[in-house]
Amino acid sequence: MNTVFSRRAAVQSLGALTVSIMLPDAPARAAAFGVEQRPPLKPDQLSTYVSIGADGTATAYFGKMDMGQGTDIGVAQMVAEELDLSPERVLVVMGDTATSINQGGASGSTGIQRGGMALRHAAAEARRVLLDMAAQQLGTSADRLVVTDGVVSVSGSPGQQVTYAKLIGGRFFDVQIGWNGKIGNDLDVSGKAHPKTPDQYKVVGQPVRRRDVPLKVFGTGDYVVDIKVPGMLHARMIRPPVAGSIPTAVDRDSIKDIPGAQVVWDKGLLGVLAPREWDAIRASNALRVTWSDSHPNFPRDSGIYDAIRNASVVKRGVEVNVGDVDAALARGARLIEATYQWPFQSHSSMGPACAVVDYRPDGLTTVWTGSQKPHYAGACAANILGLPPEKVRAIWVPGPGSYGRNDAGDAVADAAVLSKAVGKPVRVQGMRHEGTGWDPKGPASIHVARAAVSPDGNVLAWDFLSKGFSRLDVNSNESAVSDTLAGQLLGVALKPTPAFNAPEESYGFPSKRKAWETVPPLMDRASPLRSTHLRDPLGPQIHFASESFIDELAYALAQDPVEFRLKYVRDPRDVAVVRAAADKGEWQRRTAARRQAHGDTATGQGIAYVQRTNTRVAIVAEVDVDLKTGKIWARRFTVAHDCGQIINPELLRLTIEGNIVQGVSRAMWEEVRFDDKNVTSVDWLTYPILDMTEAPERIDVVLINRPELAPSGAGEASTRPVAAAVANAVYDATGVRFRQAPLTPDRLKAGMS
Amino acid sequence: MAQTMSLSVNGETHQLDVDPDMPLLYALRDDLGLSNPRFGCGLAQCGACTVLMDGQAIRSCVTPMSVASGHAVTTLQGIGTPERPHKVQKAFVEEQVPQCGYCLNGWIMTSVALLDSNPHPTDSEIRQALTGLKCRCGTHVAILRAVKRAAEA
Repeated sequence: MNTVFSRRAAVQSLGALTVSIMLPDAPARAAAFGVEQRPPLKPDQLSTYVSIGADGTATAYFGKMDMGQGTDIGVAQMVAEELDLSPERVLVVMGDTATSINQGGASGSTGIQRGGMALRHAAAEARRVLLDMAAQQLGTSADRLVVTDGVVSVSGSPGQQVTYAKLIGGRFFDVQIGWNGKIGNDLDVSGKAHPKTPDQYKVVGQPVRRRDVPLKVFGTGDYVVDIKVPGMLHARMIRPPVAGSIPTAVDRDSIKDIPGAQVVWDKGLLGVLAPREWDAIRASNALRVTWSDSHPNFPRDSGIYDAIRNASVVKRGVEVNVGDVDAALARGARLIEATYQWPFQSHSSMGPACAVVDYRPDGLTTVWTGSQKPHYAGACAANILGLPPEKVRAIWVPGPGSYGRNDAGDAVADAAVLSKAVGKPVRVQGMRHEGTGWDPKGPASIHVARAAVSPDGNVLAWDFLSKGFSRLDVNSNESAVSDTLAGQLLGVALKPTPAFNAPEESYGFPSKRKAWETVPPLMDRASPLRSTHLRDPLGPQIHFASESFIDELAYALAQDPVEFRLKYVRDPRDVAVVRAAADKGEWQRRTAARRQAHGDTATGQGIAYVQRTNTRVAIVAEVDVDLKTGKIWARRFTVAHDCGQIINPELLRLTIEGNIVQGVSRAMWEEVRFDDKNVTSVDWLTYPILDMTEAPERIDVVLINRPELAPSGAGEASTRPVAAAVANAVYDATGVRFRQAPLTPDRLKAGMS
Repeated sequence: MAQTMSLSVNGETHQLDVDPDMPLLYALRDDLGLSNPRFGCGLAQCGACTVLMDGQAIRSCVTPMSVASGHAVTTLQGIGTPERPHKVQKAFVEEQVPQCGYCLNGWIMTSVALLDSNPHPTDSEIRQALTGLKCRCGTHVAILRAVKRAAEA
């Protein structure tokens, strides 16, 4: 293999490993247009977002991230559209703090709806500036100009033309752009130009293909685990066997026969390093450590829901309170109530996290990370190293998957501490038990839903209360030392933020209350059960409860679940997705569980519908249930999806498919197990995920395009209705109502017996 | 302790000074710079480290050098290139399969081994051949499409 070629391919397309402050081949000509040097990377500079190369291609500098769904291609299309370039002539550079501003990284499905929109606005302004330059060059006015793939010509006089390349190629815009004063997800810019209207679109809405796919399929691009720096040491962290215990003695002699092996031990933080990776792994296994006593007071997994029920409330939030719910509950002819439970879940990315940090006290420290928020990961390294932020450069290289605040940020902090301790570049990679056992977790919760109904079968009141661990015991933005394992092991206490959510829907019940309560973290630091964002934070658990309950209500009132939803859903876009899913999914009307069985297999159909910010999704799921084993096969899904303006239908479709499958996995199998000492689900046997033999047979996606609306995020929305749709289908098949996830064969068998 | 061992990879034979107990994965990645097999679990539970050994898909993370030495090992880059893609690679590109792509090596290598032994597998045979491989992003449905496409190619 030619590794030089491999590295270069990665530079071009997978992740930016080099910075080109001065683009090559800048034409030497009068500085009438643009500047030679890229102006400083500031949010109010047009050059921060867009530049034009000497060959007339555009580069968009994206401060959010694509984690493999093609967000960068969507951005390329949005920028190409505004610049009147073909999409293949727009390069998107992302994930490098030296080249892009912090737009928040991957976060809350905002890649397109926030990050892409900011770049759309910047690109529109860039086009305006380019047309002003062209007008000057061609001696005409900008409103007489048209652009075709980067060639500006005078309308009606095509011979009079100039290219973007000639105007500014290889140089940089030196133009300010209006900035809303915000950094991160909320950053937006606006110029004098108006972005195009949808009727003018040529590139937006087209199925442009991803650029990282061939690199991944042919293995010619680097991942963060492939980064090698001269003089680098390999490291493994040593995690305590009992949560909360810290080393009291470390026998360095126990690894003295391993070439170059050394120990870094500081308070609770313990790592081993060696020049060869295998030796670092051997040292991590061989090192003899005496640990302090610890009694983490974990309730054991079987007791977690009682523990939540009995826990004190840190914070209560009421998201919606319409009408007098308590009065309606008191006077309803009938009260329907159910409680639902959802376990801790792990990110369990495909590989445990890896980071490389090259600490340079007197120069520029470099971080290579797979984190979905590289700007914040770089800030974390600066914080833990005591360096000013501008002295740390963070470079994203594709990591082993990312579905929220996984273990990537912890690896950065670990590598930073170790690099400083040994004075060499350090590559930290976790072992499997760290990726599964020690990643920050999606929170466990219970949800109590109540409804009062009238004698004639109408819902008078709906009351929904969640109680669980906060989604931000550690922040999803990993910049603070207090949010990292290394920081906490070095003595910085956890600084939890109490945060929870409520169901997102438009049911027009006369009175409605949606509230939540958070409970305290189980430990005040370094807990393997510290809770945080896992893909669609709280969405699957909340909507498993709310949409299962809606189904329970419908059947309790002898109404068809689709008709019941359509009766109460108020938003026309919500009505549209419910109808589309039911039509395409061949919904069969029923007012009670049908319990259709053929031999040992029962089949059923279930629906669930949700909103997520401005996106709407309805799903019809079909299941086969093996009545002997209790095993469920979620066989077919029909997804109706409305995320406003569609940028790229094919990549949207694939993203939705992934959401459904990951959602099925979480609904059917995933549950973090733990005893009174530690997490005990530490690999793929103890934390199973969906297997290929269980993958759906068919996923039909109905895309509802609303070009007149802003695009509104698709990375998570279709994850949240999956568990409810499957549970509702299982109920239709068997009459067994799941109120606890995951929907394992044992639980189903118990329900059927 | 380290000893000199011979390893044949993608048609080239190398002499390596390594611990015979060291898994093949680290010889490929760290000694030969062949980074496509990746560490996912070190427990033969996910397949991210899959290579072909004498045409069989094996998990290099649990295969000691003492076992691998003397056999013909093939990695992802040994089965095809962008210029001369293997039909499985071509199909995976056509179907735009990977998301993060970290697991992809295992799915492709196992699919190659499957189609070598069973050129026209049924849906059920494909699922059985790929059982045990992990994909956290949930690209399973696209993988099935790609393997079927490759089988028809």
